[in-house]
Formats: sequence, structure tokens, C-alpha cells
Amino acid sequence: MRRYSAFAIAKEALRHNTGWQKAWRSPAPRKKYDVVIVGAGGHGLATAYHLGKNHGITNVAVVEKGWLGGGNTGRNTTIIRSNYLQDPSAAIYEKARSLYETMSQDLNYNVMFSPRGVIMLAQTHHEVRGYQRTAHANALQGVDTRWISPAEVKKLVPIINLDGPRYPVLGGLWQARGGTARHDAVAWGYARACSAMGMDIIQQCEVTGIDSAEGKVTGVQTTKGQIACDKLAMVVAGNSGLLAEMAGFRLPLETVPLQALVSEPIKPCMDVVVMANTVHGYMSQSDKGEMVIGGGTDGHNGYTQRGSFHHVEETVRALVETFPMISRLKMLRQWGGNVDVTGDRSPILSKTPLGNCFINCGWGTGGFKAIPGSGWAMAELVAKGEPGPLTAEFGLNRFREGRFIDESVAAGVAH
Amino acid sequence: MLILTCPNCGIACDETELTPGGVAHLERSGPGASDAEFEDYLFMRSNPKGVHFERWRHSSGCGKWFHAARDTATMQVFATYSAQVTGPTAEVLTAIRAKYPDYTLPEGLKEARP
Repeated sequence: MRRYSAFAIAKEALRHNTGWQKAWRSPAPRKKYDVVIVGAGGHGLATAYHLGKNHGITNVAVVEKGWLGGGNTGRNTTIIRSNYLQDPSAAIYEKARSLYETMSQDLNYNVMFSPRGVIMLAQTHHEVRGYQRTAHANALQGVDTRWISPAEVKKLVPIINLDGPRYPVLGGLWQARGGTARHDAVAWGYARACSAMGMDIIQQCEVTGIDSAEGKVTGVQTTKGQIACDKLAMVVAGNSGLLAEMAGFRLPLETVPLQALVSEPIKPCMDVVVMANTVHGYMSQSDKGEMVIGGGTDGHNGYTQRGSFHHVEETVRALVETFPMISRLKMLRQWGGNVDVTGDRSPILSKTPLGNCFINCGWGTGGFKAIPGSGWAMAELVAKGEPGPLTAEFGLNRFREGRFIDESVAAGVAH
Repeated sequence: MLILTCPNCGIACDETELTPGGVAHLERSGPGASDAEFEDYLFMRSNPKGVHFERWRHSSGCGKWFHAARDTATMQVFATYSAQVTGPTAEVLTAIRAKYPDYTLPEGLKEARP
């Protein structure tokens, strides 16, 4: 892999950019790998990267039915934060947030991490109490957040209307180290680093069946033929239920569409991320100037990657009250992704009933922020075959044993 | 927008008039059930990409519950039917098989008794 640097740009400028290589190879699948990872989204690629970097396992294939990063990795609103209430969540999300800080250097790929700060608005008294509690919990967990007053919110976000009749701003939970990153670049950067370690990233290769013998996985059937493997990692978000069915087990989750939209580009007007969980409205401004808006999930199951129109209306209606100046913005694009939501709104990183088969799913509506931490933890689980400190609490058995990591209660919403 | 016809009052409702109630025809586990049975009942879901049976409530209308058979991949609605049945009726299955001739009910789900 040729390193990207100022020197490389200068050198290529002198020879008319003829020396650039493709960022990653696109090989045909080999007969067998040590580890096959299904799903070349952020989480799958991060798992592959940390298998190589942390555990020295590089005989790895990442198979993807569509194109790299074309699922939820390319469909989210790119928010990064770690201000969770429960200890296991704070640990893995904070690990992820801290890895984002050095990701561009680690991968030698500019992921445009922008630690601009994230405010979660409290717009009901229930939320005020909830976020103050979270701020205290975060202090104990070593996550840098604090409760801020409406005046401080106004100072950080001058365009906000504090005194809306339906959704007044009563304060906020402020995480200065949170922010955004370029979502596609995260997938591309990981893919390039994995390819440089000798891993095969195989796109347009859909898994159609899972082979097993004596209760252990032996390989996968794909549209590009059979691929044998010693270990299998399923990292496919909304399609987890379908893959689990092929492997012969069920999962405690359901797939629902979650949608987002962006406006026409405007001059810089808001340099932090603002989340309004009560109304399911999340807004930040991209480097191009578009207002990036995330909405809520549909109430019913769906694999449409679209989402119901009335959810857009509800989100925008509430945001217009909170940010009156966006009322005449035109929206450019709207899209949806299929997110897999568990009973306690927390992810699953776990061994499965099938031997040597591991699953990473259930990130629901908040997977992007977790990508590097999830990959780090999943790689440890796959390499050692047993859960490590970051994954121990996220096992499948927690639903049977009643050990929930109940973030739905903490936030009052799926997130 | 998703439009479902409430079988109780006969009105074709926009989604905004309805409240989704989750997957239908779950078999309730009672006292004495094992942890595994409770886990199955409370959390494990079939989550199909395709034909899905679910519960809805006509909350901004007649207020009554009903069932719907819907395709989660295409959003096609096959039928809505009474809440007072323990599985899809013969008419519902006929409507589904008009689109998917080989459709069979997933494990654990039985056709409603006539």
C-alpha cells in the first residue's frame, strides 16, 4: 500500500497523477480462510482490521452482498458520542469514540473526524432528570460530559429557539469530545488498511447458506461459490435475522426502517451536533453546508430502506419549532436504512448456538458511532473464542437471564 | 403511506390513524414455563423479510385491534382480518398465495380454525 502524504501528493502532481493505486484489491474468493466475515460495512471491516492489527490474524475474507459501506454505514447521520447511562454501553462507545480520535492516523486515511461537540437537548422534565443522572453516571465512568443550562445551550447554538411552546429547551447534556466523521471514508479507510494486510474484500458476493458439521461452522455458500472457514463472524445489521435463520437460530431483534434527510447547502450556521430525543430530531451541518437531519424509526417491521413519510413530517415539524430559521430550507434528499433493534436497545456481540460462529448485531439506530470499538471488541471475541471485557455483558444469553443493558429506559427512545 | 382497512369499521386508514402492535399470533407462556420459553415469548422474533403477520390498533378511529398480513420487503398488504383468531385465516393465506404460490406458514404458526 502506498502511503498517502503531502509528499505523495507533490510527487503525483509532478507526474500527472499516474502513480495512484486502487485503494483496495478486488480478488476472487479463495477456497478457504481462517475467518470469514459477512458484511463489509463499518463494523465488519473494523472487525477485520482489528483481527489483523490486534491479533495477527490476516487470512481473512470480508464478503459483502452489495457494495462496500452501502448499507447503514453509508446511510446514517454520522454522529459520534459516548454519553450512555449503563456501564457496559459507556465502555464500548467510549472505546469507539477514543479510537475515532486517532483513526485518520491509524488508517492513513482522512476520515474527517470532527470533534465539534454534541448536545442532547432536554425538552421535558423527565429528560432533565434523565440527563442529569447520565451526567453523573458518565463522571463515574470516566466519560467527559456535563449538564448545561439553557443559556449555555443558546451560546453554543445561537440559531436555537429556547422558548418553543411545545418543546421548550430546559437544558442539555453536553459532550464536547463528541462530533461527526465522514461515514464513507470510515468504510473506505478500513477496507484499504485490511487489503494492505492481505485480507480479501469480496463485494457482490451474497451469502446464501451456512455449512456446518458436528455443531460447528465449516464455511459459507455464496453467489461466488463455497468458501470454507474455521470461524465465521456475522456483521450484517438489518439482515441479521435472515443470516441467523440460515445458521439455524433465532435472534431477539426486529428490523425496522430508520430515515434521514439533508437540506440544500447553506452558509455555516451551527458548529455542533444537536440531538432532540423527545421529538426524534437530530441535526448537524455538513462540511458542504447541508443540514443533516435524522428522524425516528417506523413502528412496524420493514426491509424497504425507505421509512414512512409521516415520520419525516413529525421530525421536521418539531425541528422547525426548535430552529425557526430552517423553516424555508428545501430538502435535497431523503433515504432510509434497515436497523436491527433488540428488546433492550443494546447491541449483541456474542457466541451463537452454532460453534465457531459469532454475531455482532442489534446496534439499532446508533451503530456508526460504535464502529471502531465494536470492531476492536468483536475481533477479540472471534480471535479468542470467548468474550473479553468489552463484550462480556453483550451476550445473547442476557435475554434469557434477565441481565438487560436497558438503554431504552435511559434515553426514553430507541437510539 | 401505508394504508390498512380496519376490518372492524371498514374504514381504509392512513398509517397515522393506526398504532402498530408488533408481531401477531405469539403463543403466550404462562406460569410454570421455563426461562427458555419466556425468552422465546418475550424476545425471540422471526423477523421475516417477506410475509409478516402483525397486530394493529385503529387508535384514532374505532379503537379496536385487528391483524394484518403484510410484506416487509415490498410493503404489499395481503389482507387485514379479525383480532379474534389465533392464526391467519384461509382467505388470508389465499391472498398471500396469489403472490407467493409456494408460501407455507413458518414453524410454530397455525392456520386459524374455521
